[in-house]
Amino acid sequence: MSDAPKRDELTGVETTGHDWDGITELDNPLPKWWLYIFYACIGLSVLGWIWYPSWPVWMGEWTYLKGVAGFSKRAEVSRELAEIEAGREVYFKQIRAQSLEDIRTDPELLQVSLAGGAAAFGDNCAPCHGSGAQGFAGFPNLNDDAWLWGGTLDDIHTTLRHGIRWEADMDTRLSMMQGYLKDGILSRSEVSDVVQYVLGFSGREDDNEAARRGATTFAEICSACHMEDGTGMHELGAPDLTDAIWLYGGDKDTIYETVANGRGGVMPAWAGRLDDATIKQLALYVHSLGGGEEPQP
Amino acid sequence: MTASITSGHNKAKAPEPPQPGGEEGPLYQSRVKIYPKRVSGTFRNLKWLVMIVTLGVYYVTPWLRWDRGATAPDQAVLLDLPHRRFYFFFIEIWPQEVYYLTGLLILAALLLFLFTSLFGRVWCGYACPQTVWTDLFIWVERLVQGDRNKRMKLDKSPWTATKIAKKSLTHFIWLVLSVATGGAWVFYFADAPSLMTGLLTGEAPLAAYLAIAGLTFTTYSLGGLMREQVCTYMCPWPRIQGAMFDADTFLVSYKPDRGEPRGPHKKGESWDGRGDCIDCQACVAVCPVGIDIRNGPQLECIQCALCIDACNEIMDKIDRPRGLIDYETLAMPDARAKGEKPKIRLVRGRTIIYSLSILLTAAVMGYGLLTRGDLEMSVLRDRNPLFVPLSDGSVRNGYTIKILNKAHETRNFSIELSGMEGLALSRPNAVDSPDRVTVAPDDVQSVRLYVTAPADIVRSPVLADGEKAINIAIRDMESGAVASRNTVFRGPQSRSQGRR
Ligand code: SF4
Ligand code: SF4
Repeated sequence: MSDAPKRDELTGVETTGHDWDGITELDNPLPKWWLYIFYACIGLSVLGWIWYPSWPVWMGEWTYLKGVAGFSKRAEVSRELAEIEAGREVYFKQIRAQSLEDIRTDPELLQVSLAGGAAAFGDNCAPCHGSGAQGFAGFPNLNDDAWLWGGTLDDIHTTLRHGIRWEADMDTRLSMMQGYLKDGILSRSEVSDVVQYVLGFSGREDDNEAARRGATTFAEICSACHMEDGTGMHELGAPDLTDAIWLYGGDKDTIYETVANGRGGVMPAWAGRLDDATIKQLALYVHSLGGGEEPQP
Repeated sequence: MTASITSGHNKAKAPEPPQPGGEEGPLYQSRVKIYPKRVSGTFRNLKWLVMIVTLGVYYVTPWLRWDRGATAPDQAVLLDLPHRRFYFFFIEIWPQEVYYLTGLLILAALLLFLFTSLFGRVWCGYACPQTVWTDLFIWVERLVQGDRNKRMKLDKSPWTATKIAKKSLTHFIWLVLSVATGGAWVFYFADAPSLMTGLLTGEAPLAAYLAIAGLTFTTYSLGGLMREQVCTYMCPWPRIQGAMFDADTFLVSYKPDRGEPRGPHKKGESWDGRGDCIDCQACVAVCPVGIDIRNGPQLECIQCALCIDACNEIMDKIDRPRGLIDYETLAMPDARAKGEKPKIRLVRGRTIIYSLSILLTAAVMGYGLLTRGDLEMSVLRDRNPLFVPLSDGSVRNGYTIKILNKAHETRNFSIELSGMEGLALSRPNAVDSPDRVTVAPDDVQSVRLYVTAPADIVRSPVLADGEKAINIAIRDMESGAVASRNTVFRGPQSRSQGRR
């Protein structure tokens, strides 16, 4: 059935018979070693089947040839993960044992903590506080210098461990802003007056008369937490009303709503949910975001 | 012209009837063993010289020392992979500067182009490691087993004890040379003296032993066993070089106009009416790729010029002028046929272009290397959040700067901000003052910077667009060297701006 081989006139070598616009291809024989390498590859692939997991087989149910080396990708991954864990544990032990201040002055531990803290923040905190910790209305921005419950390393650590108004935790931070209209303590006009007084802290009141009336109410009720001068109190989580940072919004209507209906955002307690070392890393990370405070001597 | 394309698929329509008895060629071809004969002469001497120089450079280079102070290795040429540094005498290259290596490779390629268009495959013939090591291995073979005829006889003879001894001695020396080749290679990647100690005491890293094993295998099999087949079948370069020859490229060529008609010649016979080639096959016997140069330019020919030496020896013996085989251009025989004087044209379009490209690349690289500073800085602005409003109405931006200290000493830098009034610098967890940074020798340091603009500036027209170009600079406090980067400071857009 085979055709007569065509020959190239010049070289006398057979051509493949393919012709592209008059260009033909010489059919020179392949060198033998090339063939041997091909055989060697086939041999190697057979060795591969024996050594590594290979073919699916039917043994009453579908399974596969496991290979004599006992190799398994899944086991490999678990082993590598365990290795990483073990490597991490070296640092975690030290972080657990040392105080936050000590970790902070140890450059290596600090670097590990900031990196670990950033990762843990992305996994656990970002859903509420945002991936850049910039916060949203009701969820504080952790980059700035306004802290409801204090911004020292220990304050942040306590907040992280016990949460805010997280009832399952005995030591959680509890106090909250009551709804003064909702609870019938103040009338609508009294609320409006207090709002004017509060706006006055940042020079934004538009009704001086009302603001003056509000001053009395503020002194009687609000100053218990927010202090006489409106600068707030960390122990009770009462925000500073004189600064430029507003958790829920600083316009008149939002402040009215806050006073009328109250506020009481919740943050979960992380102690028991995250490893102690991870919580410490988070405290150091949040503290490093730019607003971290130093303890008062 | 599609009609003329035929393929194996339409055999039924093939025009020619099958020819019974038409012989089928073999599918695979065994290698024909080559026994290159010893030769001496100008080009052989040149090749010995090139071999000594190239092997010398290869083996000696890693042992050269170059003082760089206490913080950097003192090996003149070192590819420090774990620390991502490349040292070459006074040059030190960081990973972000690999363009120097790229430049070096481009330069090497262009030089190869230039030499190929001038003198053909001189690289293949003299300097290619494949050629050099094959030459060395052939020399060993000849030393142990004798010259061409003796080797051919030995291969045909039965396996006697002497044959076994000679063969195994040859292979043993080859293996030793191969181990030495791989051994020298790894010294380029680590401190040579300590690695040598490690290798001898068995304490060197596994990677070093594996690299030596790999290179031993390739050297032994490519230089000892595969030889010319590497050049003919595996190496892509010969095919590319074909495109770089032209009629004025000097190639090792046989002069048919002088040599033909060839034939045996007896002493005293007249040379009239015949060529100078006495068909002695000396040129074929010495050829390391086993071809006959008298058949014209061939793809197997590595242009080693040994056939020139061989023929010159013969010409001397028969008292004819040397140079029946010689470096010649393709245009020269044509010129002689026309009775013109053959011209040497080294300056041609392509050689000019290659030379200019070489000069340009070398100039760019030289300029880059001479003006390369030992200080670099980059700035990464925080994007999330873009800026942070603070309780007193001021605004803070975050930046991460990277300082690359390429000097071999610890350096202290001051950080300087400009471009906007009233900017204040702070750094979380800063050990000393926030505008002072210390960077270890030969190191990169990331520094977090917080820059705050006071409330009155934030509200002023300066930041009305919501952004303002600023500059962050670092200044070496001893030498005064400065690196700086432009970036922006962002704040809230002022109301009027937003409404526009
Ligand atoms: S033909 Fe001549 S130049 Fe070419 S490889 Fe053989 S000996 Fe060398
Ligand atoms: S060595 Fe010179 S003379 Fe002898 S066969 Fe070759 S070309 Fe002819």
